[in-house]
Amino acid sequence: MNVLASIGRATLGFFRETGKLSLFTGDAVSGVVRPPVYGWLIAQQLMRIGYYSLPVVGLTAFFTGGVLALQIYIGGNRYGAESIVPQIVALGITRELGPVIAGLMVAGRVAAAIAAEIGTMRVTEQIDALTTLSTNPVKYLVVPRLVAAVISMPILVAIADSIGIFGGYVVGTASLGFNGGIYLKNTVDFITQQDVTSGLIKAAVFGFIIALMGCYNGFNSRGGAQGVGAATTNAVVSASILILAANYALTSLLFPR
Amino acid sequence: MSTPKVELRGVKKRFGDKVVLDGVDLALDPGHSLVVIGGSGTGKSVMIKCVLGILTPDEGNIFVDGQEVTGLRGSARDAVLRKFGMLFQGAALFDSLPVWENVAFGLIQGHGMPRKQAREVAIEKLAKVGLGSDVAMLSPAELSGGMQKRVGLARAIAADPEIIFFDEPTTGLDPIMADIINDLIVSTVKDLGVTTLSITHDMVSARKISDHIAMLYKGKIVWAGPTADIDGSTNAFVDQFIHGRAEGPIKMEVRA
Repeated sequence: MNVLASIGRATLGFFRETGKLSLFTGDAVSGVVRPPVYGWLIAQQLMRIGYYSLPVVGLTAFFTGGVLALQIYIGGNRYGAESIVPQIVALGITRELGPVIAGLMVAGRVAAAIAAEIGTMRVTEQIDALTTLSTNPVKYLVVPRLVAAVISMPILVAIADSIGIFGGYVVGTASLGFNGGIYLKNTVDFITQQDVTSGLIKAAVFGFIIALMGCYNGFNSRGGAQGVGAATTNAVVSASILILAANYALTSLLFPR
Repeated sequence: MSTPKVELRGVKKRFGDKVVLDGVDLALDPGHSLVVIGGSGTGKSVMIKCVLGILTPDEGNIFVDGQEVTGLRGSARDAVLRKFGMLFQGAALFDSLPVWENVAFGLIQGHGMPRKQAREVAIEKLAKVGLGSDVAMLSPAELSGGMQKRVGLARAIAADPEIIFFDEPTTGLDPIMADIINDLIVSTVKDLGVTTLSITHDMVSARKISDHIAMLYKGKIVWAGPTADIDGSTNAFVDQFIHGRAEGPIKMEVRA
């Protein structure tokens, strides 16, 4: 009986959590279209979420592009297909690695920061204070972060795509013996608009996931420093898992066989 | 008999299996300063949060100026909330904003006052709680606990509320600063002629800032009356609490 009871409890808990998250999401999304719009707060979050993520996203994209070139060269070598490096680097970066790596890095940076900030505001009653000052906390705190993340992520990924391909180019020309002009020409000839746009669509969805998980976990944090710590961890873990799951779903939607 | 400013009728609230409010009946008359006393974890904060609509009671009704407020949403709720000011236990200042913006927050966001004008009002309110305009540009993290409470009080009175709630106004302060805050509350309330509801377990503070006292125990009001009558209440719960005895009818739940 105990086994059944714990299965039942876990199932109920799962549905309760899913329901809570759905209500929260609905509240947040409807807050985007209802006034007031806090333009200044959105601008502030664009700086924090987008601009300050540039170094970390750029660096990871550079190394990812580089290592991709190296591995494709080594793997291709087995079939005498080393010349395919530029094409596969471009495809891999724009379709998958650009958005996913940027998404995971921003999840680590931003979802954690959002959850910690909002979580601290929750446990120090600052969120209750917002309510008593006739300000809807969801509109004031969640909506600006959500909007800023959805705008920032595609821009970050577009930059990550370029830097990633550049990383492949650097490794290709410096250590794999490619001619720079031919490398670039092969990249440009091969890549299609859909390769890039699919990655940017993914990026917008990942941005939504990151901000939502940060805000949701922060809003629901309980009980002091430990609760805020747990909320921060949960935000990063849940955002990362959801990004990878959504990535699979989006790939199968955007590239039907 | 005038309509009470705030009235609670049979308010119940539970979290999971834990019953926090078990049918609270309480009336706060206009111009009165009521203090609700009770031990830690007896639901004092939950009661205030139910009135403010931060929490929704499971059962019962809450009236503000005779108007039912449970279940109000959107602009109707905002209109009711504008009647209230609240001083939170830890002051709950927004640490991302300078002091003056904290004080002016409700004016700018809730009342749509231009920032420049709101800033002047904020500095005026800060002066009322004994803080100079030099404090206005500081961030809340740079202030001591007593100063944070003052800023919290300035924020609570900024929009000229009709009713002010004080949540443990003296908790975490040394006895002298606690007395200064008590004096400040008394003089502010007198100046503004507002109705106040405070919750505290500090009897010194309770006697000083109230004209009426009610005691909350196990989710119910067990005694209510004028402050002057509290020593002769003959209520065993009240006697134990105001004299701070470990022995008596109140059994502290050491494990919640």
